[in-house]
Amino acid sequence: MSKFDIFKHELVPKAVVLSKEEVEELRRLYGIRKEQLPWIRRSDPMCRALGAKPGDVIKIIRKSPVAGEAIAYRYVVPW
Amino acid sequence: MADPQLVEKIMENYKKNLPKKIFDELKEKLISLNASEDQLNKIIEEVYREYLNSLIEPGEAVGTVAAQSVGEPGTQMTLRTFHYAGVREFNVTLGLPRLIEIVDARRTPSTPTMIIRLDEEHKYSLEKAKEVASKIERITIENIAKSIEYDMINSSFIIEIDEEIAHDKGIDLEYVAKVLGRLKVGNVEIEGNKIIVHCETTSIDKIKRLREKILDLRLKGVKGIKRVLVQKEGDEYVIYTDGSNLAGVLQIKGIDPYKVYTNNIFEIAEVLGIEAARAAIIREAYQVLDQQGLDVDIRHVMLIADLMTMTGRIRQIGRHGVSGEKSSVLARAAFEVTVKHLLEAAAHGEEDALEGVTENVIVGQSIPLGTGIIELLMHFPRRGG
Repeated sequence: MSKFDIFKHELVPKAVVLSKEEVEELRRLYGIRKEQLPWIRRSDPMCRALGAKPGDVIKIIRKSPVAGEAIAYRYVVPW
Repeated sequence: MADPQLVEKIMENYKKNLPKKIFDELKEKLISLNASEDQLNKIIEEVYREYLNSLIEPGEAVGTVAAQSVGEPGTQMTLRTFHYAGVREFNVTLGLPRLIEIVDARRTPSTPTMIIRLDEEHKYSLEKAKEVASKIERITIENIAKSIEYDMINSSFIIEIDEEIAHDKGIDLEYVAKVLGRLKVGNVEIEGNKIIVHCETTSIDKIKRLREKILDLRLKGVKGIKRVLVQKEGDEYVIYTDGSNLAGVLQIKGIDPYKVYTNNIFEIAEVLGIEAARAAIIREAYQVLDQQGLDVDIRHVMLIADLMTMTGRIRQIGRHGVSGEKSSVLARAAFEVTVKHLLEAAAHGEEDALEGVTENVIVGQSIPLGTGIIELLMHFPRRGG
């Protein structure tokens, strides 16, 4: 079997790591610190697949039954 | 019919502000409409205004509303509690017990099951589906043995294998002997349909334990999958299992690894991540409510799932999770085990900033909800301007 790509699984939404500028923009838009976002652990399979490091912010594009597409963010924590 | 390009152009500005679903639907409707540019603009503005009106206001007590919206139908479920509805032969916990299991974030559900879809090659033929199923089903010596005896004189186990069953499951005696050999208890011999395992120990305790170990020895299949069932769904065959092991099943050839589903949310969190677990919580909880014929808005369930997965791992709603991790002592004390929280807070000299709802109700201040969420600061004009 070829390597298992979790992003192809029907339960896993698409996700990207945000750049520094994008994080800053997001922070200013909501007026929050990035730790105030929901968290995701560094050891999370999604983080490992993306190669995200603690301190990064991940943008998640969920499929939503109400909105069609919903954007969420998670802050990578180091445990 | 309006010009699609015109509609596209007018709607351009709203692409970021409207949810995708509404945007797409509106676009489709507008194109089918026979309207002038002016009219189109007015319609879009009106839709956008309606959308803004339907948004939740800041300060709205969404959590309380979600709790009520799930809790009230829950009281109707209680009467039908502990009902099991089978996928033909399997029992699956449904209704309130299952809902409690989900929000309590139990590590393993009381009835773990998986739904395994097959790849293109295997899904249309019963033969091939069964072939995959046999690779998944866990078979132990106990399943194929007629009897197991301990021979005191030669200090050895005599396992009589039911050859018919063994053949049916695709296992031969040599293979069983080989697996037994891996246990490293002593020499393994085959005699007719019997397998003899010599062992050195004579202590009754050890022999008893060894017997259990031999009976429970996995010959093939995936650990934790007790039974499998191949069922036809539409024109494809789907495997249902009793027992769940997501990581294990993903290793099996012939399945569609991107559609495997389990009702064990912790396994999903471990293998697919917290976002997948969030999706699974929503799916499981909503399914329970839906099956009971209760019409609960999915947004409430989503809020619960969001709260449960906020810290990157699954937290239960309750004393050991969401409620127990509140920063306010008074809020924690108001929930459960009051004295313990108050005593500990006193011993540690904890402070309460009175930022939440519960604390402020207790001390009799206006609560930070609705209009109360606004804090006003006086702006002192500097001298001279």
